[in-house]
Amino acid sequence: MKTGRMLLATALVALFAGGAEAQVSVKLGVLNDRSGTYADLSGEGSVIAARMAVEDFKAKDKGINVEIVSADHQNKPDIGSNIARQWYDQDGVDVILDVPTSSVALAINQITREKNKIFINSGAAASDLTGKQCSPNTVHWTYDTWALANGTGSAMVKAGGDTWFFLTADYAFGHALERDTIAVVEKSGGKVLGTVRHPFPGSDFSSFLLQAQSSGAKVIGLANAGGDTINSIKQAAEFGITQAGQNLAGLLVFITDVNALGLQTAQGLVLTESFYWDLNDETRAFAKRFAEKSGGKMPTMVQAGVYAGTLHYLKAVEALKDKDSAKVMAKMKEMPTDDPLFGKGQVRADGRKIHDMYLFEVKKPEESKGPWDYYKLVATIPAAEAFRPLDQGECPLVKG
Amino acid sequence: MFELLGIPPQALFGQLLLGLINGSFYAILSLGLAIIFGLLNIINFTHGAQYMMGAFVAWMLLNYAGIGYWWALLLAPVIVGAMGIVIDRLFLARLRDLDHLYGLLLTFGLALIIQGLFRNQYGVSGLPYSIPPELAGGRNLGFMFLPNYRGWVVVASLAVCLATWFVIEKTRLGAYLRAATENPTLVQAFGINVPRLITLTYGFGVGLAALAGVLAAPIYSVNPNMGADLIIVVFAVVVIGGMGSILGSIVTGFGLGLIEGLTKVFYPEAAATVIFVVMVVVLLVKPAGLFGRTA
Repeated sequence: MKTGRMLLATALVALFAGGAEAQVSVKLGVLNDRSGTYADLSGEGSVIAARMAVEDFKAKDKGINVEIVSADHQNKPDIGSNIARQWYDQDGVDVILDVPTSSVALAINQITREKNKIFINSGAAASDLTGKQCSPNTVHWTYDTWALANGTGSAMVKAGGDTWFFLTADYAFGHALERDTIAVVEKSGGKVLGTVRHPFPGSDFSSFLLQAQSSGAKVIGLANAGGDTINSIKQAAEFGITQAGQNLAGLLVFITDVNALGLQTAQGLVLTESFYWDLNDETRAFAKRFAEKSGGKMPTMVQAGVYAGTLHYLKAVEALKDKDSAKVMAKMKEMPTDDPLFGKGQVRADGRKIHDMYLFEVKKPEESKGPWDYYKLVATIPAAEAFRPLDQGECPLVKG
Repeated sequence: MFELLGIPPQALFGQLLLGLINGSFYAILSLGLAIIFGLLNIINFTHGAQYMMGAFVAWMLLNYAGIGYWWALLLAPVIVGAMGIVIDRLFLARLRDLDHLYGLLLTFGLALIIQGLFRNQYGVSGLPYSIPPELAGGRNLGFMFLPNYRGWVVVASLAVCLATWFVIEKTRLGAYLRAATENPTLVQAFGINVPRLITLTYGFGVGLAALAGVLAAPIYSVNPNMGADLIIVVFAVVVIGGMGSILGSIVTGFGLGLIEGLTKVFYPEAAATVIFVVMVVVLLVKPAGLFGRTA
C-alpha cells in the first residue's frame, strides 16, 4: 500500500514538473451585476459557468493555471471602471468576462483597450461594442441589439404588427435596442408612432403603458430588460392592454424573466435568444450539471456565453502557449469556434462572435411539462443572417 | 378636440389617477416613517426592507401555508410588526439616548443584511403573486381602463392613513403617545409604561410598511430590492412634508405621486428625479418642510 502511494506521489510530481515548462498562468475576472436587477441572468451563475469551462477544458493538465475572480459592478459605469482598473493595474487580471449593462460594458471596452488586455463580453446588448466603438481587444459573444431587433422585430412585422410604440430604458442599452429595432421595423415596411423613455431601473410602468395604449400602435416594443421587462409585462396584463388587442414585443427577454413572470402571464410572448437549455443533448447535459451547482436554476444565454467564451479563450492560450493579448486576440479570430452550447461559429474582425439565433415562443401553461420547460422553437436564424453584416457596423477595424 | 399642452385631457386624467395610485404607496410608507421619527426619534432606514418583507410574507403565506391575500393583508403586518418589535427590543432600545445618527446607521445596516438574506434565498428576478380573484379585472372609466385592484389600493391606503391620523391626533391613546415624546419622565410618573408604548409604536410603524408591501405584491414583482428602490424616494417625501409630521406625510405622499405622474407625461426622463428637485426647492424655501414646525 505504502509503496503504491509513494509511487503515485512520485508520478504526480513528475507530471507536474514535466508540465511546468509550458506553464501559463491566466487570471479571469467575472465582472457583473451580483445584487441588482440583472443578478439572476448573470451574477454568480456566470462565475459557475466560467469555472465549469475551466474544469471541462482540463486547463491544469494542459499547463494552464487559471484563477477566477469576481466582482459586482452594481450596474454603474463608475464602479465598474474602478474595479476594471484595479484588476488590470494591481491584481494582474488578463481577461474580463461577462459585464451585462451596456453602459458599463462600453466603459470596460475603453479601459481594456487602453490597458491592452482582453474583454469577452457576454451580458451586454449594445451593438455599438462591435460597431462604432469596436476595439481590437473586445469579443462580443452572446447576442446584441441588432440580432434581437432582427429576430423579434422582423417576426412581429411579418405577423402583421406594422405600427410600433417603444417603451425604452433610458440608458445606452435601451437607446441602442430602440435604434436597431426602429431600423428593422422601417425596413420591413412598418411605422413607428412614438417612443417614451423611462428611468432605469423603474418599478411602475403603468403611466408609460397608458401612453403606448393611447398611441394606438399594434405593437408595444419593450426596449428594456430584467426587472423592468417583468414589471412592464405584468402591468400591461393588469391594465388590459394585451386583452384589448395590442401586442407586446419583449425585445430582450431572458429565461429567468419568464420564470419570474410565470407562464400564465408570459405565454405567447415571442423572443429571440442564442441559447436555450433544452435545444439538444449537449445543452441539456450542460444545463443539468449547471443546475446542480446553482441550486436548480437553468443557465441563461448570458451564462452560457461566459462558458463558451472562456473555453475559446483557453483554446487560444493553449495553442499559443502564451497569453499576450494581441496574439491571443488574433488566434481567437483565426480559429473557428466550436463548443457544445453554441455549436460552430466564428469571431469576426470587428469582435462580433457569430452563431445561430433562435426565435422562441413562450409555451402555454398546459404545454409545459415541468419546471423550466418554457420555450417552443419557432425559427432558427442562421448565423450568416443573425448578426449585422460586417460592412454595415461602421467599425474602424474593418475598413483598415 | 381641445388639448392641454399637447396632451388630450382624457389622457391627462388617466395619468393623474395613476399618480394618485403611486402616491398611495408613498403616503403609507412615509406615514410609517413619520410616526417612527416623530414619536421615537429614529430615522428608520429598515423601512424599505420591512416593506419588502411584507410582500414576501404574503408570498410565503400563500405558497407555504395556502393562506390567501385577504388574510395576508392582516397577518403580514402583524408578523413583520412583531419582528420590528424584536428589533426594537434587541437593538434600538439601546440607542434611545444617543444621537440620531446611530439609529440611522444601525437601521441602514440591518436593511442591507435583510435584503442580502432574501436575495441569497430568492434571487432578484422576483416571485409571482396574483391579484385576488375578487379584485381581478377592471372597469372602463371613459378616459381610461382602471384595474379594480388599483382602485382598491387608493381606497385602502386613504382609509389607513386617515384612521392612523385620527388615532394619533384625536384619541386618548394618541394623546399619551404625543405626551410621552414631549416628556417621557412626566408621563411615566402618571403610571404609563412609556418604554412599552414606544416599542408598540415602532411595531405599528413597521406594520404599516408591511401593509404597503402586501398591497404592492400583486402589481410589482415581489423581489428583495423592491424596498431599496423606494425608500430613498419615500425619505424625500418625509423631508418635504416635514420630518415627523403625520398629516404632512400623508398630503405630500399623495401630492408627490401626482407630480411624478405628470412628469411621466411631459418629460418622462426626469420622472425619477422630479421628487428630489421638489425636495431641494422646499428645503431652500422652508427648511422644516411644508408641514414641519421649526424647533
